[in-house]
Amino acid sequence: MIKRLISRALSGVLASLALALSTAATAQNEPIRVGFLTVKSGALAAGGRQMEEGLALFLKERKNTIAGRKVELFTADTAGQPAVTKTKAQELVERDKVQVIIGPLAAFEALAIDDYIRQAKVPIISPSAAAEDLTQRKPNPWFVRAVGTSAQPMHPLGEYAAKTLGYKRVVTVGDDFAFGHEGVAGFQRAFEDNGGKVVQKLWSPLNVADYGTYISQIDAKADAVLIAFAGANGPRFLKQYREYGVKLPVIASMTSVDEGVLKNMGDEALGVISSGWYTAGIDSAVNKNFVHAVNQEYKADPGYYTVGAYGAALMLEEALKKVNGKIEDKDAFMKALRSAAVTNDPRGVVRLDDYGNPIMNVYIRKVERSRDGKLVNAVVKTYGGVSQFWSYDPKQFLASPVYSRDYPPAKNLE
Amino acid sequence: MRYASSIAALVALAALPFALGNEYYVNLASQVLIAAIFAMSLNLLVGYGGMTSLGHAAYLGVGAYATAWLTLRLGLGPLGAGAAALAITTLMAGFYGVLALRASGLGFLMITLALGQILWGLAYRWVGVTGGDNGLSGLARPAPLGIDITGARPFYFFALAVFAVAFALVALFVRSPFGASLQGARDQPRRMRALGYNVWMIRWITFVLAGFWGAVAGVLYVYYNNFISPHALSLTQSAEVLLMVIAGGAATLTGPVVGAALVVVMKNVVSAYVERWTLLLGVVFVLIVMFLPDGLVPGVQRLYSRWRTRP
Amino acid sequence: MGFWITQSLNSLALGGLLFILSAGFSLIFGLMRIANLSHGAYFMLGAYVGLTLLQKGVNFWIAALAAGAAIAILGGLVERIVLRQLAGRTLSQVLATLGIAFIIADACLWIWSGDPIPLTGPASLRGAVPVLGTHFPLYRLGVIGIAAVIALALWLLVEKTRIGAMIRAGVDDLDMARAVGIPVKALFTAVFCLGSALAGLGGVIAGPILSVYPGLDADMLPLALVVVILGGVGSLGGAVLGSIVIGFIYTFGNALLPDLAYVILFLPMVIVLVARPRGLFGRIPT
Repeated sequence: MIKRLISRALSGVLASLALALSTAATAQNEPIRVGFLTVKSGALAAGGRQMEEGLALFLKERKNTIAGRKVELFTADTAGQPAVTKTKAQELVERDKVQVIIGPLAAFEALAIDDYIRQAKVPIISPSAAAEDLTQRKPNPWFVRAVGTSAQPMHPLGEYAAKTLGYKRVVTVGDDFAFGHEGVAGFQRAFEDNGGKVVQKLWSPLNVADYGTYISQIDAKADAVLIAFAGANGPRFLKQYREYGVKLPVIASMTSVDEGVLKNMGDEALGVISSGWYTAGIDSAVNKNFVHAVNQEYKADPGYYTVGAYGAALMLEEALKKVNGKIEDKDAFMKALRSAAVTNDPRGVVRLDDYGNPIMNVYIRKVERSRDGKLVNAVVKTYGGVSQFWSYDPKQFLASPVYSRDYPPAKNLE
Repeated sequence: MRYASSIAALVALAALPFALGNEYYVNLASQVLIAAIFAMSLNLLVGYGGMTSLGHAAYLGVGAYATAWLTLRLGLGPLGAGAAALAITTLMAGFYGVLALRASGLGFLMITLALGQILWGLAYRWVGVTGGDNGLSGLARPAPLGIDITGARPFYFFALAVFAVAFALVALFVRSPFGASLQGARDQPRRMRALGYNVWMIRWITFVLAGFWGAVAGVLYVYYNNFISPHALSLTQSAEVLLMVIAGGAATLTGPVVGAALVVVMKNVVSAYVERWTLLLGVVFVLIVMFLPDGLVPGVQRLYSRWRTRP
Repeated sequence: MGFWITQSLNSLALGGLLFILSAGFSLIFGLMRIANLSHGAYFMLGAYVGLTLLQKGVNFWIAALAAGAAIAILGGLVERIVLRQLAGRTLSQVLATLGIAFIIADACLWIWSGDPIPLTGPASLRGAVPVLGTHFPLYRLGVIGIAAVIALALWLLVEKTRIGAMIRAGVDDLDMARAVGIPVKALFTAVFCLGSALAGLGGVIAGPILSVYPGLDADMLPLALVVVILGGVGSLGGAVLGSIVIGFIYTFGNALLPDLAYVILFLPMVIVLVARPRGLFGRIPT
């Protein structure tokens, strides 16, 4: 009787072992399902397209296989609307059963699905949403991003403007929404900490018809103008700025003169100094290959969105390699993702901090014409290993309010 | 006997989640219900009242924002916040109605558009209260009668219950003497005035009711999404809900529901298969306006009765 | 002093731009009672067409006129194929134009992709010139001039030609106009073409200032609506005055009351409509 019990137990154990091994084996042979939230219609579509291109290039280079497993990509169009983003996220998770999501594009989209991601426990890597609090005061255990915060490259720019360029009094003009507010705030803080003064802050509505009103208000006696625009507004502003004949030098946020919009600009962009975590002009073998490949496929230099998506995919690859391709083990995969350190990113070395935000190089760039007459962001200075907190103590940083239009308060306005 | 079809429809809707299976489709059905309530509210104005508004998203938006703000900042429970939000939004509708009814026709359209845009701008700019373009998040769903509606299926039944009540009340309203006088004011305002009806009061009351039901949709919206941002107040949203009403069939009870289903499905499902779905939506809309000008529901009804009475 | 002068010039330039944008809308609405909600889309499409021509090296002015002509043809087709079938049902016509706006906007995204592109203005109008003690872009002065020319041309058309007389008759009393034998159907098509042409032309003229990008149509349409409401419909003088007033309100409002920037146009619109539902000059059908 005991013998039968033992043999039954043994066969049971062997059977389950066999089953487990075979499931693991079949799981290993099944493709991993990656969801991709992007924008294909509406005003943000250009960025969405560039994200798609970055991701497509990555998959093409890897022959659609990461860490030994094939990739099945599910792309969803959020139309830039938060409610649709949530539905699409649900579609990816519940209908397509994706195991990881790359996306979304906009900060408000990421915030709209924040609750859902926590509830559904889906690892998500954002290639573009830069809102500060996503990795500061409201971190989501399942959320990491491949790009930095809005203010991350603006802190070094503030220091550079004060110490290297020697500007004392600066006027800021930015888009009147969160991305603009946070970017200008970061610049102001670092600039004023280094002895500079922001003497005038102008905010233009996102959909303003004409920048003439704002340009005409710029204090002509300032040393420089800092612009913080996204999308179409950077080119629109700069063109008008030059038309008015304002002579003040321009320093800019990353997206104001991003490669994505730079390609359609003209002389109005020359000489603009900006800072960002990427420029197509980075002089490394990895980046040169990347830029070459993007030009081959899409006839344009990669910018913010392209490198964001590509970087997100690289993070995915790193994490997947660490767990030997077993994405099914969610907790292990998420742990691997949060400790990811990517060494072959076109931007340089990128590793994630404790909050899921990258620590990476920030490049001070200058718009110049290359030998073939193309406008490029040439690297002028590199700040290595910049985090979202710059040189500030993270605990103190987080204890203060999030960057906004009124924080840090502008004490030097004239 | 006329209730038989309504009851049958209700039973079918209640059985839907079991037929649909996948949670994703159940969630989609919830969204259709919320959009249907929203469209029904606008239909009171557009279809039965004859007043075309391009600013109706304001009521959904304010209902949603008020609920969110009261929950987050004042710590009210979601249900209490929802009730308070309904009151606030209805008051606002009363005020807006007084302004908007100064005009009619295109002037009315313009005022409602402008009022809607003012609220949208406010939502963007008043960052301290509304969170600006980042919106308000971190909201929880209520627990009506202690039932947890975080899951897809429970929420669907909650939304269905609200929808059923809304539909019944709107149907009652439309079929009541007041509803008749509203349609009379739409078709023959001068005659109605001559008969002694206070046309302005009839329209104003309708305006307020439309705002109220719009707010109901807004409260459900924020319960469902756990998030609200200025996009819900945009001109695009107002245009979309107008599309729902017109495409489905203004001045019918089921038209807005059909229109809501059409737009929600196109936006969320068709967009997965057709890249240029916005273009498709525009084409569908133009075709409906041209060939089924009263909307899908009356158009299909007409085709059906023609088929039945074929020689 | 410099501030007031520059901002006043800005206001006039913006007013000129708004006039070119809204003249077509006002014309169509005045005669046909159709609030053409695809007007912004025609404006944007005109800008894109002009851009393509400019990229091929066509002269700026020719590109602008050609774009206007192209949009005129499109407008004519839309009028014949869609709007004429809906004759007499103004709400349906307005909704049809809304659907067409969706179609054109998405088609533009498809054809030209979503990158924002500034248009290069004519070489003759580059740079800034000293004006009353400030430096002002020459192109914007040019826009004021172009707007004035278009206003004059339209005035001559409406007041001094037979077609103009027919248009005025139609605006005043459509049934009577039909009764005296005016070919109303053909007139409608012609006016719709003209209105659309103005939109398309406007897109190119505004291009060097506004650039062209997805969403331009949605940004411009409310502006046209506000101008027409304020100035009143069917009145050329109203459109001119409305444009200038809005130009001033927008410019000075943004400069002096930055907190109201997002609502700076709609507040006056509500105030005017509540006080005078027919617009400042006009005859909005109520």
